[in-house]
Amino acid sequence: MDIPTSDIHKMSVEEFDTKKLLINAARQRDRRKLEDVLIVDVDCHHYENESLRDIIQYIEDPVIKQTGLLYSGSGTGAQTPLLPGVVGYQDVSGRVMRYPLRKLEQTPADGTHRDVHLSLKWMDAMGVDYVSMFPTPMLLLGLHPQPEIEVAMSRAYNRWLVEQILPQNERITSMLYLPFNDPEAAYRMVEEFGDRKGVVGFSVVSTRYKPVYDNAYMKTYRLMEEMGKPLAFHASYNWNDPLLGATNRFLVTHAMGFTIYNAMHCANWVINGLPERFPGLKVVWIESGLAWVPWLMQRLDNDYRMRSSEAPSLKKLPSEYMQDMYYSSQPMEVPNDLDVLEMTFKMIKAETQLCWCSDYPHWDMDLPSVIYDLPFLDETAKRNILGENARKLFDLDVSGRFPDYTPPGGGA
Amino acid sequence: MAKEIFVAKSDDLPDGERKIVPNGNSEIGVYRVRGRLFAYQNLCAHQGGPACEGLLMAKVEEVIAEDKTYQGMRFNHDEMHIVCPWHGWEYDLESGVMVADPTFRLRKYDVVEKEDGIYVLA
Repeated sequence: MDIPTSDIHKMSVEEFDTKKLLINAARQRDRRKLEDVLIVDVDCHHYENESLRDIIQYIEDPVIKQTGLLYSGSGTGAQTPLLPGVVGYQDVSGRVMRYPLRKLEQTPADGTHRDVHLSLKWMDAMGVDYVSMFPTPMLLLGLHPQPEIEVAMSRAYNRWLVEQILPQNERITSMLYLPFNDPEAAYRMVEEFGDRKGVVGFSVVSTRYKPVYDNAYMKTYRLMEEMGKPLAFHASYNWNDPLLGATNRFLVTHAMGFTIYNAMHCANWVINGLPERFPGLKVVWIESGLAWVPWLMQRLDNDYRMRSSEAPSLKKLPSEYMQDMYYSSQPMEVPNDLDVLEMTFKMIKAETQLCWCSDYPHWDMDLPSVIYDLPFLDETAKRNILGENARKLFDLDVSGRFPDYTPPGGGA
Repeated sequence: MAKEIFVAKSDDLPDGERKIVPNGNSEIGVYRVRGRLFAYQNLCAHQGGPACEGLLMAKVEEVIAEDKTYQGMRFNHDEMHIVCPWHGWEYDLESGVMVADPTFRLRKYDVVEKEDGIYVLA
């Protein structure tokens, strides 16, 4: 295929192979002996839209299903109305070539789903043992104006995932999508899927406008706390948001968008005292990087000291609650002055609360080396962040990859 | 003393093309652009991506009028960039310096063209 490299030039590419693209990742893996390290990726992705026709078969509402079938077929020339699209070009206009080229990649027709084949390819190249896999276009499903479509789509996706995909390989797990715009449906989702194999938690896609403190969600939080399943907030962006609409470059939309929704939900979560109401519920903030956390900690602590009457449930500083939460690392901001990053790690108690993730195959993915090569971490901290923290968070059985697994530093 | 690695016969690396040759446990990307040869290690200074396997793209510039108003963007084909396919880090083809942050650069190699072909000195 031809990739335009300017208005008058192009580059021709005939084939695409993830293994070849990631050969330098495999070299990093071998040089650092990462095969000996438990690596759990708490946030990677697949493209569920490429399986839309299969997923739609699981939609129960006959009218929504008919609509979905129509638009997932060929010839309508229209985007499916089941997934809201937003403006954006994450591939930096083709510079991140795996986006335009992914359709060229061949996978064996052996009964194993293409997404499983592709996932295992990049996982093996990086030395990743287990993943928590998220969808891609559905990260924006919280913006759908019809809550019943968010419910229908997410329930169909979750059923398809636990029935067709997760059983194919134990290395692939998921934090299932919660249709947060319908609190009752979200509760039923946890009830129905919480004990299914490969389900290590539940996720809320953060780009939405329902507040996490709404009483309607309390029974869902309680149920997840009882089940021991973590709740993740997965970031994304919305260029149509009135605030982000004032930006004119995707760089800014992304840098801001992937942090502000999680920052808003996190602030609401803490200041409304939800950590006091659900002390056993583990909360994870995904794909906002790390730099926003010290910012929010300092802002909330400063205001809380002056206005504690507005947050009477709190028994300690907001930052101390935030230190009990979990954070995924990607896209990890790496300043030229590593002292800044070291201080961030200290502030979030990274050794126990930070979980590495790749976000692969998305454009700003991170390799395990972003953690493994940090000069200020000792071996135990590196191994905790790369795998052990997530193993504990998900209560993950890793015996399939490490039959004699011992936590780093000899911990339990 | 640097070893000579055969890249290609001269006719097999026409203008505007790139060839990647093995060099131990890595590779070197060799470019011929506007009659000049350039060679860099196929290793991005960011996270180690195969920088030379990405696109070769013209620099993007903003068009700012004399009254400081923004008038759009354009390609500057006199300044070409090597773009790493992993994350889009861009390097100046002439110098190998990363365009967004000059504290990073690709490792550069000398290239020679002889009667029987092109060689990189590694």
